[in-house]
Amino acid sequence: MAKSLEYIRLDKFPHVWCPGCGIGIVMGSIIRAVDKMEINKNDVVMVSGIGCSGRMPGYCDFNTLHTTHGRALSFATGIKLANPKFKVITVMGDGDALAIGGNHLIHAARRNIDILAIIINNWIYGMTGGQYSPTTPLGSFATTAPYGQVEPPFDVLKLIKGSGASYIARGTVYHIRELDKLISGGLQKKGFAVVEVISQCPTSFGRRNKMGSAVEMMKRQKEETVPVKKAEKMSKEELKGKIVRGLFLDEERDEYTERYEKLIAKAKEVHQK
Amino acid sequence: MSGEKVKLKGIEWKRYGPLLLNREWCKGCGICVAFCPKNVLKIGEDSKVFVDKEEDCTSCTLCELRCPDFAILVER
Ligand code: SF4
Ligand code: SF4
Ligand code: SF4
Repeated sequence: MAKSLEYIRLDKFPHVWCPGCGIGIVMGSIIRAVDKMEINKNDVVMVSGIGCSGRMPGYCDFNTLHTTHGRALSFATGIKLANPKFKVITVMGDGDALAIGGNHLIHAARRNIDILAIIINNWIYGMTGGQYSPTTPLGSFATTAPYGQVEPPFDVLKLIKGSGASYIARGTVYHIRELDKLISGGLQKKGFAVVEVISQCPTSFGRRNKMGSAVEMMKRQKEETVPVKKAEKMSKEELKGKIVRGLFLDEERDEYTERYEKLIAKAKEVHQK
Repeated sequence: MSGEKVKLKGIEWKRYGPLLLNREWCKGCGICVAFCPKNVLKIGEDSKVFVDKEEDCTSCTLCELRCPDFAILVER
């Protein structure tokens, strides 16, 4: 699809990500979702925080903003409230979204603000040198866990479900056609939509955990995940060590900017009396 | 296999049947090669992708969808 090129800042290419890094695959999927929905690229705002994923807005020809660590959703909330006609997409890594930005994430979900939050989960802080993140699996190695991670990880989707949100999904970069569907579903949703994408970081996570090449890591995504429909029929024992993927929640709920507009109208009415 | 030169958005690509390659952007990760259902693609001695069996390509687009570097386009 040569059309993808229309959404890319070609003068910035080739991009900075390592060979085989999944972040570029996620970027392609987001671009196809925007294109499929025929949203004008000038009506899209892409916001990121810090980390390898934070580079994505630099390469996309939308309105783009690269902000501070963990604060993509705070900036995105301001943008959406100031101009609700924008389609706002945040791109965050697991460290960015769940550690330093964890509070912003749960409160964006609680408000149910119309933002698509993409969380690229590669189990590690890639850019800053391979420190463990809140999703690093128990026993995995990181520069800050040379004897293996001792803390249990978050289940990202349960955390968000408990906080609010209208749309919750998990995909992998291996299951790319499914990921395209999940991301465009999230983009269409009016409300807070979260798509967690399991992605490979061959440089910082794969190497330290002896997982082999990007290709090997993607094969694991195939072997170690099960679709949500199939998982429903599996026992706890069978699901051990598996990650469930697919659509987990798709609900109509009152959206924050709409509620806010109503509040403004009401306040004006009171003052005119 | 040299491929016909094509310019898209001011950037040079090479055409092999339905496939367009930008070897400048390719980082040789091998993802497209490993997951092509028809074994059309290979990594060359220069550690970049090349089209080995153009005639077997079904234009399924999986290589384009999974390439992290936007280095392959499939025309249908
Ligand atoms: S360090 Fe990891 S996440 Fe960062 S660009 Fe390299 S492979 Fe991707
Ligand atoms: S997936 Fe892309 S970057 Fe990787 S080898 Fe194939 S063309 Fe090159
Ligand atoms: S379009 Fe499909 S068959 Fe053709 S090279 Fe790509 S992955 Fe292989």
